[in-house]
Amino acid sequence: MKRQLWAFALLGLLAQMVCLPGSANAQTEASDYGIQEVAEINRLIRQGWLDYEIRPSVAASDGEWVRRVYLDILGRIPSVEELREFTKERSPEKRKALVTKLLYDEEYTEQYANNWTTIWTNVLIGRSGGTERNSLTSRPGMQKYLRDSLARNKYYNEMVYELVTATGSNTPGTDQFNGAVNFMTMKLEEKAAQATAKTSRIFLGLQVQCTQCHNHPFNEWKQQKFWEMNAFFRQTRALRRYEPGTRNVSHVELVNESFQGEGLTKDPDKADIYYELRNGITKVAYPVFVDGQSIDPSGYVEDVIRRDELGKLMMESRYLDKMLANRIWAHFMGYGFTKPIDDMGPHNPPTHPELLDYLGQQIRKKNFDLKQIISWVALSEPYALSSRTNSSNESLDDPLLGETPKFSRFYMRQMRAEELYESLLTATRAHEGRGDYEAQEELKSRWLGQFVVAFGNDEGEETTNFNGTIPQALMMFNGDLVKKATDSNKGSFLSELAESNLNNTQKINHLFEAAFARKPSTNEVKVANQLLIARKGDLTAALQDIWWAVLNSNEFILNH
Amino acid sequence: MSRSSTPKGMSRRHFMSHMTGASAMTMPALAMGNTLLNNAEDLKRRRKSAILLWMGGGPSTMDIWDLKPGAPTGGPFRPIATSGDQQISEHMPLMAKQMHNMSIIRSMSTREADHGRGRYYMHTGYVPNPNIEHPSYGAVLSHQLSHQRPELEIPPFVTVGGGSVGPGFLGMAWAPFSVNSNGQVRNLQMGLEDQRLYQRMYALDLIESGFINQRRGSAASDHQKILKKTLNLMTSSQMDAFKVAGEPEDVKERYGNTNFGRGCLMARRLVEQGVPFIEVGLGGWDNHQNIHATLRDTKLPELDQAMSALVEDLEQRELLQDTAIIWMGEFSRTPRINGNAGRDHWARSWSVVVGGGGLNGGLAIGETNSDGTRVETEPYTSQDVMASVCKGLGISLQTTFTSQNGRPMKIANSGKIIKELFS
Repeated sequence: MKRQLWAFALLGLLAQMVCLPGSANAQTEASDYGIQEVAEINRLIRQGWLDYEIRPSVAASDGEWVRRVYLDILGRIPSVEELREFTKERSPEKRKALVTKLLYDEEYTEQYANNWTTIWTNVLIGRSGGTERNSLTSRPGMQKYLRDSLARNKYYNEMVYELVTATGSNTPGTDQFNGAVNFMTMKLEEKAAQATAKTSRIFLGLQVQCTQCHNHPFNEWKQQKFWEMNAFFRQTRALRRYEPGTRNVSHVELVNESFQGEGLTKDPDKADIYYELRNGITKVAYPVFVDGQSIDPSGYVEDVIRRDELGKLMMESRYLDKMLANRIWAHFMGYGFTKPIDDMGPHNPPTHPELLDYLGQQIRKKNFDLKQIISWVALSEPYALSSRTNSSNESLDDPLLGETPKFSRFYMRQMRAEELYESLLTATRAHEGRGDYEAQEELKSRWLGQFVVAFGNDEGEETTNFNGTIPQALMMFNGDLVKKATDSNKGSFLSELAESNLNNTQKINHLFEAAFARKPSTNEVKVANQLLIARKGDLTAALQDIWWAVLNSNEFILNH
Repeated sequence: MSRSSTPKGMSRRHFMSHMTGASAMTMPALAMGNTLLNNAEDLKRRRKSAILLWMGGGPSTMDIWDLKPGAPTGGPFRPIATSGDQQISEHMPLMAKQMHNMSIIRSMSTREADHGRGRYYMHTGYVPNPNIEHPSYGAVLSHQLSHQRPELEIPPFVTVGGGSVGPGFLGMAWAPFSVNSNGQVRNLQMGLEDQRLYQRMYALDLIESGFINQRRGSAASDHQKILKKTLNLMTSSQMDAFKVAGEPEDVKERYGNTNFGRGCLMARRLVEQGVPFIEVGLGGWDNHQNIHATLRDTKLPELDQAMSALVEDLEQRELLQDTAIIWMGEFSRTPRINGNAGRDHWARSWSVVVGGGGLNGGLAIGETNSDGTRVETEPYTSQDVMASVCKGLGISLQTTFTSQNGRPMKIANSGKIIKELFS
């Protein structure tokens, strides 16, 4: 057995040396897998290291890399089988092959769509969207739209256009169902202030909410711009539909209706809106896009549907592609080119302007194909660096110390709550027989609910308790989810492992590979043996103790 | 929590010392240093605390603390006399009897009128800066006051019923411990015998340390600190302080049968237990529409009942002189009333209320003009309020923190003392 292990480790080492010539000396070129965009990312990021005289961290091991790729693309860690399949592969192109597989293989389509549905749902309607009392949002409706779109890799710009212009019913199973409407159904109160702010922020990276009431001192946006943008949303209505004969809302319909304007004259040919300056003077506004392009001011839907015009204008805006590039980059790298990622106005310059601009342009050229930009970033050199620091980048490239990110190492972060949940299921093979998507989502959202903390204002702002503090540690120590994951009853993951025909070392290895994508160290094996003695030879109980410790560790909970 | 969840047959101290001997899981450094302080009773008498009543959404202070009955947009509420030297809204009758203990700073003037930015600024004394995260009130004060309570086993910064602002560069060890107002802390019971828990912790610590030793940075080592705190808390009988349900019925009634009422009652219990900083959140002040009916029918009665009970209770228990109370939101609301009978965001002229903890009560400090659109006297800021609270609690304003990138940061961002609060 021992010899086999050695051989295995040696093979792994060799494999790394073969496919990553740059790992020993990071100054040599990393592979770009023949992809022009990857080469350009590598070149521009390296330029930054040169400018700051930083030596990047060594390359991540295969295990570390594959763990992050699964987490970032599918929202869960790899299973032991998936890990071993990858690490035993010798081809220098194996990383490209894996990314391609996770993105395009039918086997993974559903998981890919589910993961990005979770991500986009949280962006579009928040973690609690749809759970409010008398909510106008159907969370299942939002999710259905996103899953369908992502599963067939709908181009991002088409999705944005649909979300911004959608009409129809919000609830699956009703007439004229169009789940896309859920982005906006609950953002139309108070003259659609939220629709204005969130549309600008999420898709264009422009934070206009401050300018609703006044010209912002640090933001070049003026109050006028907010209301001109707002004017695009003023034909939009969310109508409650009731169950026949009752006062129970069955669903909500988003419609465009002619808007006669707010002026005293009520002239729909020139449907105007008004807003108040701080000094009390009232000013008029018509729909004008951020770049100054205006549209027909008519409020009649027969003349012009304002949201459709907004959608078209957004499609042409460079902010659209740059915002997407920034969001995807931040998802994989832990930090975006701006902080926060959705504040990209002229007052907040990006760290790598040339790269951001390039990525935006390229993704526009590729029709906003999400899977393409994901592969560029996932195959880039900075994404493949270790999260271990070296003396040259330890403090110079630590955004936690207030440094701008230089991407000379992988920035560790907490798994998102959803990622942790899915990873625990993967690690304990609990995916099997879990019921359909809706049933699974219901279970998951109940579990997630414990971590949401609302701020209590009209913008529905919320934060999460799932941030590495005590409530999360308590959940991992004692919560039902981990109790279930460490269950030792007949038929459980641990009892099956204990009863398998693997030898003890292999069983311990299995646990470490399942959680960390690596084998245990000598000390870890030693402590596992001590536990076996302490449990008086009860192997299942010892595995339970090890598994509990593994799942509660920093190395498990962090995407490293 | 009863002793039953403490590992069987072992006292918590004994258990923790086992942990210390067996692994790198050491006792909190604080507890070590404080063995020098031998007079626990004396210490207990001198220990200071603060309670922040956080009004999420931005309450309209000209409808509560600084009424303008003569102004065209002053709204329908009338001022009433109080036990202090100020008048407040007629919808705060119970607080009116407590105002000798509280002072209204009526000349607050700030610049942040966005929820997120305002929340950050009022909690930290700093405007948001993408390159640094500043520690919030709770983190700063609990960091400064923790040495006064070596016996504290539960988190020194507790937030009840709402989101706070984090510990910034002070590190996750000073992060708020967030609980619901019912005081039930989830997942507290492990149901494992002591020996086995200890062995699991030993294995866990070995794995943790291995990862930390690979130069993975603060995210890895912060996790280990949190584990220690979690273990502390799981095995502590001090967790009983969260159990508001056990209070006598008349006390619960006095605080009001609301989440905020229970939160305030919990705050008092936590102060008694030695927790140095408690934030109690009351949201729902973002009244862009129909503001006066909302305030009159729901928000003000809830606030009045609970806040007055808290002040009264702390005074009766002789805790008020050592416990600062700060009432504020992220900003206030426009002196003008908008087309939806609401008020929008406004930061230029508004009020914050403070009292207890060595601060003078009964005063109205500063003035706004006749329609509330301007401050007429010296303007005060978030930093000034924080500096004054610090002074009241005996924390030196010369205290300087060093941010992780080595930048020195003076406590309360060099705010100035509001003189009237001291005499």
